[in-house]
Amino acid sequence: MSDDPILSARGLSLSFGAVRALDGVSLDLWPGEVLAIVGESGSGKSTLLRVMAGEARPDAGAVTYRDTLGASMEVHGMGEPALRRLARTEWGFVRQDAREGLRMGVSAGGNVGERLMATGARHYGSIREEAARWLERVEISPSRIDDRPGTFSGGMRQRLQIARTLVTRPRLVFMDEPTGGLDVSVQARLLDLIRGLVSDLGIAVALVTHDIAAARLLAHRLVVMREGRIVEEGLTDRVLDDPRHPYTQLLVSSVLAA
Amino acid sequence: MSTPMPESGYNFAYLDEGTKRMIRRALLKAVAVPGHQVPFGSREMPLPYGWGTGGIQVTAAVIGPEDTLKVIDQGADDTTNAVSIRRFFARVAPGLRTTERTAEATVIQTRHRIPETPLSEGQVMVYQVPQPEPLYKLEPRRAETRRLHALADYGLMQVKLYEDIARQGRVGSSYDHPVMVGGRYLMAPSPIPAFDNPKMHMSPALQLFGAGRERRLYAVPPYTEVRSLDFEDHPFEPLRANGHCALCGARDTYLDEMITDDRGGRLFVCSDTDHCATRREEKAA
Repeated sequence: MSDDPILSARGLSLSFGAVRALDGVSLDLWPGEVLAIVGESGSGKSTLLRVMAGEARPDAGAVTYRDTLGASMEVHGMGEPALRRLARTEWGFVRQDAREGLRMGVSAGGNVGERLMATGARHYGSIREEAARWLERVEISPSRIDDRPGTFSGGMRQRLQIARTLVTRPRLVFMDEPTGGLDVSVQARLLDLIRGLVSDLGIAVALVTHDIAAARLLAHRLVVMREGRIVEEGLTDRVLDDPRHPYTQLLVSSVLAA
Repeated sequence: MSTPMPESGYNFAYLDEGTKRMIRRALLKAVAVPGHQVPFGSREMPLPYGWGTGGIQVTAAVIGPEDTLKVIDQGADDTTNAVSIRRFFARVAPGLRTTERTAEATVIQTRHRIPETPLSEGQVMVYQVPQPEPLYKLEPRRAETRRLHALADYGLMQVKLYEDIARQGRVGSSYDHPVMVGGRYLMAPSPIPAFDNPKMHMSPALQLFGAGRERRLYAVPPYTEVRSLDFEDHPFEPLRANGHCALCGARDTYLDEMITDDRGGRLFVCSDTDHCATRREEKAA
């Protein structure tokens, strides 16, 4: 891990009318680190993710990204062309609903190849080879490379979305409830896959989840959000085994033991 | 062909001078930014949308009494659309000459083809365009396609070509195959066959495109690079039927397939009627 955070948020605030979705949130994400943002519905965690990824503009505060060369840039001040270039090269975004993150009318191979083509790949054979390799890596049979995502199960779609995001080897990936809406056994395999890929590739991940178990499995560090504020943060095991804030204690104690 | 009498009561070439000026302004902008779609205030024309209202408005804005107009539809000068547009201009533009000869024309309005006879400097091609947005089948939101053009973010189009090869084994569209103009803007060449795409590249003629229903104009100035999209290992190939013209014997022109009876009889003829007739005259002489 290097000395400087890859992404820093400082004093982020955002209100929707009278609702304060973010209220002075600051956090750092370090290269190669998985940071889980947990909290109940409406705590502002998804909004925080969208603001950090430049998809929403905060009322106050700033997000700074440090690129491969060590140059730092303001996410909300760099302009749309630069932000889009980042979003398809050094960043990735995995959505809860695979239908938002995938092109449903395009084959699995085309979905994985899109980011390659968007960054200038123009050799059909090598794009296809790379797509097949990634399908295999996320445990989808390469024989299904020409099938559309509509014919895939929910878990497969989510794995396809991950392949499509990671194919250009981003440094920073935002994940919004990547296991939401899947059944428990599928969730477990997907979490396992994400954990393997993230540690192999050394990607920094900002993971939004309401699933404490997923956070414990994947995350190095944890922040707990409530009503737009961070109420507790620390190493995952420390926060989950020794929660200090009353809300975190409530959250941890409400997990059902199997 | 008898020349119809010019009709009184209309301004020259049907449109009023204010409208022509508006269209010319949009055309100047289009020529200045090759391949970029410029909005314009499309007028009601005395023919239905889809029959060339955009092309007619562009033609009306650029022709003068000293011009010679040729109109083709699918390469032919004698089909309904071509004949009625030619008659229309003969009626509302006194002094304007019409022709079927590519070499004699100063303005050529076209639907679906570029003439086989090479174009020369000073000629103006006017294309009738049904859908000016090359990305519309991939991205239905017009605000979003404009953003993609502004950022030159054309990975999506390449994805479509990828899908074509994955399904059909080759870069797929036989007509309206997308092109990059001047290395900057992605452009729909109008529904001309892919066979004609190479003729746009470095053409000495000025090429103007009008989409009446969609209210967009765009242009390719003379001697501009026009490259058909493809992959390094699946290069663009101009498609044509594998055969020769039954009338003039040409083996290098774009061919139409004609069904001659109901027992499977068929033959190929040149789609460019003027080029075919000229070749036959030269043979007979």
